Amino acid sequence: MSVEPFVPPEELTHDSVEEPDLFRINLVGLTTIVVKEVRRVLRIWVQTIVPPAISMTLYFIIFGSLIGARIGEMSGVPYTTFIAPGLIMMSVITNSFGNVVSSFFSGKLQLHLEEMLVSPLSFTTIITGYVVGGVVRGLAVAVLVTFVASFFTELSIARPLITISVVVLTAMVFSLAGLLNAIFAQSFDDISIIPTFVLAPLTYLGGVFFSISLLSPFWQKVALANPILYMVNAFRYGMLGSSDIPIGTAYGIIIVALVGLFLTALFLLHRGIGIRA
Amino acid sequence: MFSLLGSIGQQFEVRILDALFLNQLRKVYANGVEALSGIDLQVKEGDFFALLGPNGAGKTTVIGIVTSLVNKTSGTVSVFGYNLDKEREAAKACIGVVPQEANLNVFEKNENILVNQAGYYGVPRSVAKQRAEKYLKALHLWDRRDDIARNLSGGMKRRLMIARALVHEPRLLILDEPTAGVDIEIRRSMWDLMRELNDVGMTIILTTHYLEEAESLCRNIAIIDEGLIIENDTMSSVISKLQREVFVLTLEESIQEAPVLDGYKVFLRNEHEIEVEVEKKQSLNSLFETISDKGLHVSSMRTRSNRLEELFMRLVKGKTQSRYDTGRSGAERSTDHRASSRGELN
Ligand SMILES: Nc1ncnc2c1ncn2[C@@H]1O[C@H](COP(=O)(O)OP(=O)(O)OP(=O)(O)O)[C@@H](O)[C@H]1O
Ligand SMILES: [Mg+2]
Repeated sequence: MSVEPFVPPEELTHDSVEEPDLFRINLVGLTTIVVKEVRRVLRIWVQTIVPPAISMTLYFIIFGSLIGARIGEMSGVPYTTFIAPGLIMMSVITNSFGNVVSSFFSGKLQLHLEEMLVSPLSFTTIITGYVVGGVVRGLAVAVLVTFVASFFTELSIARPLITISVVVLTAMVFSLAGLLNAIFAQSFDDISIIPTFVLAPLTYLGGVFFSISLLSPFWQKVALANPILYMVNAFRYGMLGSSDIPIGTAYGIIIVALVGLFLTALFLLHRGIGIRA
Repeated sequence: MFSLLGSIGQQFEVRILDALFLNQLRKVYANGVEALSGIDLQVKEGDFFALLGPNGAGKTTVIGIVTSLVNKTSGTVSVFGYNLDKEREAAKACIGVVPQEANLNVFEKNENILVNQAGYYGVPRSVAKQRAEKYLKALHLWDRRDDIARNLSGGMKRRLMIARALVHEPRLLILDEPTAGVDIEIRRSMWDLMRELNDVGMTIILTTHYLEEAESLCRNIAIIDEGLIIENDTMSSVISKLQREVFVLTLEESIQEAPVLDGYKVFLRNEHEIEVEVEKKQSLNSLFETISDKGLHVSSMRTRSNRLEELFMRLVKGKTQSRYDTGRSGAERSTDHRASSRGELN
């Protein structure tokens, strides 16, 4: 094999010769991460978009049409209508969490996260990029599940602003939670423990399938310690106009979770925990 | 000239001109291994610098700290005057790095890998695309642009990582064993590319186990062993520290015992080859005269080992024998151009 000589560079632009414009770098960098993350979701759509569509269709068939018909009403609406917002939120939670945890963790495992770590991007930019990726997948799945739900029940959106803000904020919260999980994870086991042992129970008990008014006063108090309950109910309030909990409290909890998780992630990354030897 | 500038720079604290400045850099890993025990290093802007050392010496650790992949335990790092503790982002913007271990997203398209990397350094997408094309072409990977990194051979992956490190045209390029596992022709082309880049002003720091590579490319050199710098000088003065050199001469005549050459130590290798030790002060002309007087004809000549290798082995002696694998072909490496490709096949 003969190799031609490498093409000599005529000149170098040296993007970094002047004082680097960190704002511009971070802006371009953020766009780049978002584009890359969205491309990743689309590239592996069979793993990212199709499964929630299938499982949610099954939920609607079984709990909505078959069993729901016997349950009748819950909180004054047909059972299928009651669970629709819950199932949408459940898919948003699982998918935004899952997107960030697998993307960030595989970057760690395959080492290509280093591409970002050696770059001048701030950790705020990196976190934001991954969160936007998680939110995009969460919302894409939300739209798909809403579409599926529309075959089983009449859907209306009573308060669009609340509906949209709650779903976006929730997707952000769980993208950040997924990021934290990925930061601490050392092995594949570590990225399935949280979804299985924490996320799934909290979601199933978070008022997706039932109103907490069905619970005894003691268990109602216990249920109120579950942050997912507030998100699901706030979203249901946005769609149906009814909720088990005060909407202001729900926003308060969501915002506190968002800020708390973001600052924790930022602190950990700055300390190099989980990313630097 | 470099050392002069260096010492003046140090006296007047003109560190702003240093592409890289390390002061008392220490690293103790979480498992208690002390990888660096206080390293001082200065690399001038525009330099071509070799960081050498046996396996486990701490080269990758130094690079890891400089590129923000490893937390330092203590010490100072500045890149073009940007202190890593205070202006980390600005420092990072100046660096391009080719890691020792492949760290490619193997499912990503090769072209996207470059475009993304440029994006992380703030290069707008349209420019990033041109840069990706420029450097994929430079490293002969343009026809593989739509392939994913997983489908590349080991040497291609390494070239892709070089292209990736260049895509934002950094002021300081750091390469951790860039030519390991790369075939001879590609290695030669890489050398040319690195020289070209250095000629247009890019500061280059590389680690390598091919000492011939360091000798032919680099102007300044540091040898690190067990976390300490044991030699740091210009390449030429390091080489001149060698007092003697051993040449292997191939003779046209067939001989049974080593000829006696006045003033030279001679060993017989086989019936056509002798080894001659030449002191630094002795001239090769007089050696050839002596040989001619004996009625012998030399058909070719090569050094028995790479000169730097000789020095390296002496400095890191004993400990290296087991840890540092120069290999037979390394010791037999030829400086003669015709034969060089033979010597390098390892
Ligand atoms: N992540 C890590 N955790 C613990 N110890 C480490 C880690 N990385 C490197 N070391 C140790 O630090 C020392 C220096 O390693 P380093 O990788 O810097 O050597 P090197 O000079 O690059 O060697 P080589 O020529 O083999 O690449 C070694 O003893 C190594 O085992
Ligand atoms: Mg190394």
